[in-house]
Amino acid sequence: MSDIAIGGVGRRNYLNDSHSIRSWLLTTDHKRIAILYAISITIFFLIGGAAISLVRLELLTPNGMFLSDDSYNKLFTIHGVIMVWFFLIPSIPNTLGNFLLPLMIGASDVAFPRLNLLSWYLNITGGLFTVAALVGGGVDAGWTFYTPFSTEFSHGAIALAAIGVFISGFSSIATGVNFIATIHMLRMPGVTWFRLPLFVWSLYATSMMFVLATPVLAVTLLLLVIERLFHLPLFDPDYGGDPLLFQHLFWFYSHPAVYIMVLPSMGVITEVITCFARRRVFGYAFMVYALVSIAGIGFFVWGHHMFVSGQSPLASLIFSFLSFVVAVPSAIKVFNWTATLYRGQISFEAPMIYALGFVGLFTVGGLTGLFLASIPVDIHVHDTYFVVAHFHYIMVGGAVSAFFAGLHFWWPKITGRLYSESWARFAAILMFFGFNFTFFPQFVMGYAGMPRRYHVYPPEFQVYHVMSTIGATVLAAAYLLPPVYLGWSLWRGRRAGDNPWGASGLEWQTNSPPPPKNFVRRPEAPDQPYDYHPAGQAPRADERSPRRAANAAADR
Amino acid sequence: MGFPLYPAAASTQAQATDAIFIGLLVLSGVVCLLVFGLIFGFAFRYRNGSRANRGDLPEFVQRDFEIGWTAATLFLFLFIAWFTSATDLGSLAPRKGTIEIHVVAKQWMWKTQHPNGAREINALHVPAGEPVSLAMTSEDVIHSFYVPEFRIKQDVLPGRYTQTWFQTTRTGTFHLFCTQLCGTEHSRMVGDVVVMKPDDYARWSAAQPQADDIAKEGESLFRSLGCSGCHAPSSTVHAPSLVGIFGKPVHLTDGRTVTADDAYIRDSILQPSRAIVDGYANIMPSFSGLIGDDEILRLTAYIRSLRDPKESMR
Repeated sequence: MSDIAIGGVGRRNYLNDSHSIRSWLLTTDHKRIAILYAISITIFFLIGGAAISLVRLELLTPNGMFLSDDSYNKLFTIHGVIMVWFFLIPSIPNTLGNFLLPLMIGASDVAFPRLNLLSWYLNITGGLFTVAALVGGGVDAGWTFYTPFSTEFSHGAIALAAIGVFISGFSSIATGVNFIATIHMLRMPGVTWFRLPLFVWSLYATSMMFVLATPVLAVTLLLLVIERLFHLPLFDPDYGGDPLLFQHLFWFYSHPAVYIMVLPSMGVITEVITCFARRRVFGYAFMVYALVSIAGIGFFVWGHHMFVSGQSPLASLIFSFLSFVVAVPSAIKVFNWTATLYRGQISFEAPMIYALGFVGLFTVGGLTGLFLASIPVDIHVHDTYFVVAHFHYIMVGGAVSAFFAGLHFWWPKITGRLYSESWARFAAILMFFGFNFTFFPQFVMGYAGMPRRYHVYPPEFQVYHVMSTIGATVLAAAYLLPPVYLGWSLWRGRRAGDNPWGASGLEWQTNSPPPPKNFVRRPEAPDQPYDYHPAGQAPRADERSPRRAANAAADR
Repeated sequence: MGFPLYPAAASTQAQATDAIFIGLLVLSGVVCLLVFGLIFGFAFRYRNGSRANRGDLPEFVQRDFEIGWTAATLFLFLFIAWFTSATDLGSLAPRKGTIEIHVVAKQWMWKTQHPNGAREINALHVPAGEPVSLAMTSEDVIHSFYVPEFRIKQDVLPGRYTQTWFQTTRTGTFHLFCTQLCGTEHSRMVGDVVVMKPDDYARWSAAQPQADDIAKEGESLFRSLGCSGCHAPSSTVHAPSLVGIFGKPVHLTDGRTVTADDAYIRDSILQPSRAIVDGYANIMPSFSGLIGDDEILRLTAYIRSLRDPKESMR
């Protein structure tokens, strides 16, 4: 990437400020660190995606085609571990969040720029360990690492993989501390708590969970490694240990981790929907309360992963009840996004298509969560494809759609260029259909009784696996499009201008791409977040409508 | 079989679970219609530059709407929580079946044993209509016992007993799956559950190789392992008698009182020093590593069969 290709010619920005490899690898600029993260998570996404592509191909026939049982188990473990810890968890917070958080609050950087860089190094160090273990040695325990299989029976490189994830956990904690300090200390005058964009609120709630939940994961993995390497019997029932203790500790982290993955998405979606509906967000305060209460209650529902584990029926009942309670704020957010469309001036650029797709898929994912919170239904569908479909609707239909929504929305700000709108819309629509084609059949076969993590399966389920694999092919093709047209835009895209969407956030008041310290002039803090129209009046279809604004900016 | 949209319902739990599932499906359908309908409706009506009258946006509408639908959602979800829990609460508690099957799981095999001693591998024959309870344990890692047509699933853990039960409503052959990742051949740890008419079951049962019943096998283990040297009533060693203790409270030296159930007996065999019966010394050696889960099952069955003669005379 050369400076001439990207950004306004002659204007100093974070991309053309210096050129050496060293200036990138030792940068403390939050924007450059965001780019480093974007590159590393893309590589991890490709590894995780390649692994699951092989799995889906293998499942075309009931008795497999080209993989051994062990290779199959290792491949879905690669997919799970990489996608959860090295793609989804860092995806939105560490790329879009890193890039935008200081811009959105009018700051010149995060509170601890060097800690921010350290966080990236920890993340890729952990990632390299883990990839070495998963691909080199092979790990067959699934991303959940249940004991005593993982500690005593598996022959895989489990300790190495666990150490990798352990290291990357410190990256999460560092990011969490950094964001919390940034939001508390570096808001420019006039940006009060209730004038923050909801994306910033979502990063705040996520950071709290990073800081409170990740240490539990670290402790759990450390215990696992100690038992595996030194045979200290912590979970081994032969010496009075309890394998269920591992599950409690694991899910105490891993359920909040689900919200770590999805809360930032909710923030992104709010930014996109308000901009393309030209409306203030419906129920700003309730959106904040919903984010915070999801983050809070999310710590007390981990036992719904354990209804069939042998935990007491009373515990199951309490966790079931709390799981229904935590669904309420998520439902409120869906209603508020829908109501934000009411009386808007809605246009359908690519980010909006992703965002509306998110709302639909998140709704389906959330409603099927109610099925799983119901103990009798969960007893039947636990560890079947129903659960696989459910969490992919949240993680892929939700979090990945939101990541693409945000990537397309802020691409002009990040690179200073506009991508091909028609290709972007085509990819968004293809992704939506490919996704549903892949995962909806999994709901059906899950309720019909198809267990997950099965290499061979009874032939009556083949029809659903074939559908799912065809869908996954479409989905994979859709994922390969954005790198092409976004890459193309870096060199050939039209200049974006500072604010091509006519959006309201502070990040749009600076240059595209932003200068090294973010703002040349001090931005003006708005009286209200999402100030798209005067209070009490509906927006008018004026020249600020997104598409016209984009075209006008491009023609300049 | 073609296109299984829906698994057959072959147990009482299956009917209860399906009722809840269909209820949730209808509710979700309504919510989806509402949300998607509104999104499509708004997206069309309020598309950029459309002539729809947008009017004013009074602020109080937001507040009232928010409070209204938050409350409505909360009540609805709490109602579902109550409904789904209450409908089938009874099935959560382990129930005593008229037939108790012992299940031992190991990598990668299911071993089942009937009360009369008949044993099966990766198969389980049961009579239709009778409540069957399963007492399950694992020899190695965690497995999970899943029969989709019965809508039951229960993890099977090493070092402890887990229980589940079912009552079938029809005959047939159904899948038994392991649903907890347990290693290389996890997906091959499957079997058949054959539900037979009671007459057929009796005939099948009688035709099985004449194994001793589990308690009898336990009795010979009790002697061959040397348990009887101390625990038999005639023994000179000061050890607690096991006659009639099953299911009864036991007072321990540390002041606790525990119930002598499967788990207690298992712990007492493997780690005798953890719970010393009040009035006795800590002299029993551990059998950990010397005997397997199969043998513990048999010993437990034998101890269970030792009724107090006074009690049985009453």
